[in-house]
Amino acid sequence: MAKFSRKKGKGTPKISTASLPDIIFILLFFFMVVTVMKDSDLKVDVNYPYATELQKLEKKSLVSYIYIGKPKERYQKSYGSAPRIQLNDAFATIDDIPLFLEKEKVKIPEQQRPLMTASLRTDKDVTMGIVTDVKIKLRKVNQLKVNYSSKPRTDDL
Amino acid sequence: MKRFKNEINAGSMADIAFLLLIFFLVTTTIDVDKGITVKLPPWDETDTTIDVLQRNLFKVNVNANDELLIRGERTDVANLKKRAIEFILNPEKSKDLPRSPRNAIISLQNDRETSYDMYITVYNELKAAYNSIWQEEALKRFGQNYAELDIESKKAIRKDIPLVISEAEPKSFALN
Repeated sequence: MAKFSRKKGKGTPKISTASLPDIIFILLFFFMVVTVMKDSDLKVDVNYPYATELQKLEKKSLVSYIYIGKPKERYQKSYGSAPRIQLNDAFATIDDIPLFLEKEKVKIPEQQRPLMTASLRTDKDVTMGIVTDVKIKLRKVNQLKVNYSSKPRTDDL
Repeated sequence: MKRFKNEINAGSMADIAFLLLIFFLVTTTIDVDKGITVKLPPWDETDTTIDVLQRNLFKVNVNANDELLIRGERTDVANLKKRAIEFILNPEKSKDLPRSPRNAIISLQNDRETSYDMYITVYNELKAAYNSIWQEEALKRFGQNYAELDIESKKAIRKDIPLVISEAEPKSFALN
């Protein structure tokens, strides 16, 4: 008889899982909002330097990124280990920068063009030589708004 | 009993949402889009050299070994901000520091072999010096934080204490 007593429905009630999707959806929306799609595949290693006087780059569409760093290990065979510049998805030389910036400029509305910022995402172990060359090039093409990407530093020097 | 049969099993909804969640977790990166914003000077073909009074010049040199020289004196980076503030404001009206912050020029020169890390640290300290001076001035004049001021007031402060960091093209210079 005990075998059938279950049918009377006196067991512990099931926990409702109906609200579980809602919880997961909230998490999902959170991640969808706070994260940014990776726009370019990094071919160089970039470890940002640390700084305290940081300013946030507000409008993503007005920013063009210039990466400078050592090529990643799998590219070192063909490109060597000296610091290189990456624009979009490919390795580039300093002479490619003007064209790259011009292409980026065309994408944004005309009245916003003076606000265009070049974000230099430079590895902290790179020497200043290549950075200076890039800076001179930027000055020559009149791209004067520059942002040195860095991570926030909390401890004292 | 029959009415329960029409209920859709919502348990699998969680799985679908989980899959989406994992997809976003994997494909996205939380990007730190922060940095030090700088306005570069326009390129000038002609080599312009301006004579600057010695007292108005705060010369900062960084050599290939990331060693720092402030006005010809070897110093640690930790002192840079303090020294820069002292130079710009000249609280003791010293004869070898500028008469007014408007005359102050900071000249930053580095070697081609200087590390980018060191350059950012030095630049950051110089900017920090100006930011803290502006902040103090904002509190004194308007009783408000500098960051909260409107553009006009900010401009007024920056006109009296302009940020002038001149970056000469790097040279190779040895310390010894």
